[in-house]
Amino acid sequence: MWRHTRPVAAAGIKTLSAILALGMLSISAVGLANPLLPGGLTSVSTFEQNAYSQPAANMPLQRRLDFSVGQTFFRNPWVPAPSSTDARDGLGPLFNANSCQSCHVKNGRGKAPLPNENLLGLIIRISVPPHKPMANHLGVQPEPTYGNQLHDRSIAGVPPEARLHINYVEVPITLADGSQVSLRKPQLQVSDLAYGPLAENTQFSLRLAPSMIGLGLLAAIDENALIQLEDPSDKNRDGISGRRNRVWDKTLKRYTTGRFGWKAGQPSLAQQNALAFAEDLGISNPLVTASCPNSELANACREAISGGEPELAANLAHQVEFFTANLAVPKTRPIPVTVKDAGAALFTQLKCAACHVPRHITGTVQNMPWLTGQTIYPYTDLLLHDMGEGLADNHSEFGASGAEWRTPPLWGIGLAQAVNPAAGFLHDGRARSLEEAILWHDGEAAASRAAYSQLNTQQRSQLLSFVEHL
Amino acid sequence: MLQRIFTVSKGFLLVCALVGFEAQATEIKPLADIKDVVDHYGELAYTIFSDAKSSAEALQVKTDALIKTPNEATLNAARQAWLTARIPYLQSEVFRFGNSVVDDLEGQLNAWPLDEGLIDYVAANYSGEMGNPAAKANIIASPKLTLGSTQLDLSQLTPAKLAELNTLGGSEANVATGYHAIEFLLWGQDLNGHKPGAGNRPFSDYAQGKACSHENCERRAAYLKAAVALLVSDLAKLQQHWAPNQKNYRATLSVNPQDALTKMLVGMGSLSLGELAGERMKVALEANSTEDEQDCFSDNTHNSHFYDGKGINNIYYGRYQRLDGTTLSGPALSDWVNVKNPAQDAAMKQALSKTEVALKAIVDKAEDAKTPEKFDQLIAPNNAAGKALVNAAIQALVAQTKELEKVAKILGVDHLNSTP
Repeated sequence: MWRHTRPVAAAGIKTLSAILALGMLSISAVGLANPLLPGGLTSVSTFEQNAYSQPAANMPLQRRLDFSVGQTFFRNPWVPAPSSTDARDGLGPLFNANSCQSCHVKNGRGKAPLPNENLLGLIIRISVPPHKPMANHLGVQPEPTYGNQLHDRSIAGVPPEARLHINYVEVPITLADGSQVSLRKPQLQVSDLAYGPLAENTQFSLRLAPSMIGLGLLAAIDENALIQLEDPSDKNRDGISGRRNRVWDKTLKRYTTGRFGWKAGQPSLAQQNALAFAEDLGISNPLVTASCPNSELANACREAISGGEPELAANLAHQVEFFTANLAVPKTRPIPVTVKDAGAALFTQLKCAACHVPRHITGTVQNMPWLTGQTIYPYTDLLLHDMGEGLADNHSEFGASGAEWRTPPLWGIGLAQAVNPAAGFLHDGRARSLEEAILWHDGEAAASRAAYSQLNTQQRSQLLSFVEHL
Repeated sequence: MLQRIFTVSKGFLLVCALVGFEAQATEIKPLADIKDVVDHYGELAYTIFSDAKSSAEALQVKTDALIKTPNEATLNAARQAWLTARIPYLQSEVFRFGNSVVDDLEGQLNAWPLDEGLIDYVAANYSGEMGNPAAKANIIASPKLTLGSTQLDLSQLTPAKLAELNTLGGSEANVATGYHAIEFLLWGQDLNGHKPGAGNRPFSDYAQGKACSHENCERRAAYLKAAVALLVSDLAKLQQHWAPNQKNYRATLSVNPQDALTKMLVGMGSLSLGELAGERMKVALEANSTEDEQDCFSDNTHNSHFYDGKGINNIYYGRYQRLDGTTLSGPALSDWVNVKNPAQDAAMKQALSKTEVALKAIVDKAEDAKTPEKFDQLIAPNNAAGKALVNAAIQALVAQTKELEKVAKILGVDHLNSTP
């Protein structure tokens, strides 16, 4: 197991009191809001492997049945059609995993693959230039033969599209105090293409399965609040220019704010789930149809038996949506107040909170009133930010450029590896720790990254500890 | 009349209760104090875990006999002992959801579903959980196991070693110990899907020398022995948590009886709705999933549902029928509710008995002399009658939980989703 070493640093504690004085996040003073309850009254007290698998604490007990049913279609493996397990057939013909939980392990983050290991938790989206954000309602220009995503698994009799592996290049960096940290950059290897060559200019985007907690709350943040946070031309000149992705909503039949996915390419939980079912599992559903490669070699794929029309019935899609909307965020875990205060101060001082906006209030959720009006602490603005060349995938999605990513929420992130010990961080899982993730920040976050590199060992550990306990 | 008096306040209530009792001794049971109800809850737990432990010890005697003299009779005796051991254990599950001290051991004791290929040989078409690196590890055939970069020495199959192998490689499907691992070692894979029949492991899997089937009989016997030993010692730990007059978990419950009351109710509610109606029945039914059938190797799932349900009744009535046939009875939740709101007590009792009837109907179908259908058959996609039977039980559990929520409100417990 890889580790990095840190030299024992000179303390520099004296600067801390100054930071403390100015730094305290403004989160403790808000009315009934309680930052110890990041998910408001939905927050739960489970902190081990099942930390991301609890229903919202304030969900009426009667709805447990719906939660359980949704959970089963998220957790249980789907099987190829035809099968005696009618409800769960229709897997493939091409797919990346046979269940949602294969990748979202225990509803948490996916595993960054080891070198030369088959991927499970990481998918590869593909597109070709030129990007025409409004040309189709997909938001991407699909690769002509293989579409939007490469599938490295398939049912019997149908060849998988390709074999996919990741190798890593280690990039050593030195912090101001002389500490060495090694970052790793993933390199995708695509081989055994079964349906002909990929377009020469194909762009590949590696996407790790994100954690599933608090999604119903993120969906419920008032759109106007997000508009307020936008600063597309950086009028306040803080170097940070967040803006919403504007994406096609298949249900509303209009463009609206993107909230889900690493580039905020999906407007709603329902549509994000639908895309994942179709692309990752090959399960057609009322919103998205799974497809075969556009190739004369794909007859076996096209002739494979369907698991019903659609394979995921609308009522089951709703159950899964209900489940994913109600996975609760764990409560904040206690840490020594001095560490917490110092870490919180650094979080503000380094301008982490400029994008990882701590606090939001949810609007009205008609069919799930217990999610309504919650003061929550997700630490995200759900906006797009340029994160620099090092993280760029050059794969555009609606209004998001190749270098832009949606600020991911930080709530419960300290439990990520308690839930899945192999969980990776950042969009492709390249970061093995939160520190590595911070050190990959660039573009709009370059100044924050630089300031982090200047911190001493104790300060870094205070900041990391603060983030780990959100 | 009592109802009117007793709604005034708790302090007043106890006084009145004594008066009421003296005045109408022939009609009304002595009113329980909340502390007595909580203490009797502890006594129920102790008694049930004592039965669970002694029945596991009885299983140990029978599995030792199977290992010593493998034949049809010793195998059947071991299977019977396992089935008997399930009866008290399942009635203990109601304690799990309210009391984390019980739940902490549950993973090691009763985890399922499991990738049985971790433990022993499986059929050629077996596939474990996707991404589980140990889905076909076959511990019994592997004195040494390499998993990624980890080398495991499995030459000695001790209880501690087996416990270490739970969630091997991070996968929850890797269950190396507990009732269901033992069940698999006694029955083997159920390869019948939705069709009749349970697992059919031959006794010769434990035979010595050339009679040994499927190889590695000695290691299989060692595995079984270690798994049963761990089961017994885990149940002994649980029993100790609930032993009377000790500085243990049970003693902490009496410090704050209202919290204890919440734990009792949350335990009943969570098992009733989320777990039994939801995870164990609705999920299996909606997904037609035999993997979601709890006692899948032995086809004993109907009993596991029934005794889970009985466990909930036990708490409400403050009553438990021991394996030896005698009954423990004492200050009950029901008594406490009856004082506060007799109508709600009656409604709760009615809902509980409807559930019992519905769960019993599933047992009766499973054990029908002429056309038995086990739970894995009832949940088959085209079995409308089976679906109706299971749905009736689910609906009864839902209704029962609604009544339980009303009971909770009456007792000052706001919601049943989480424990204090």
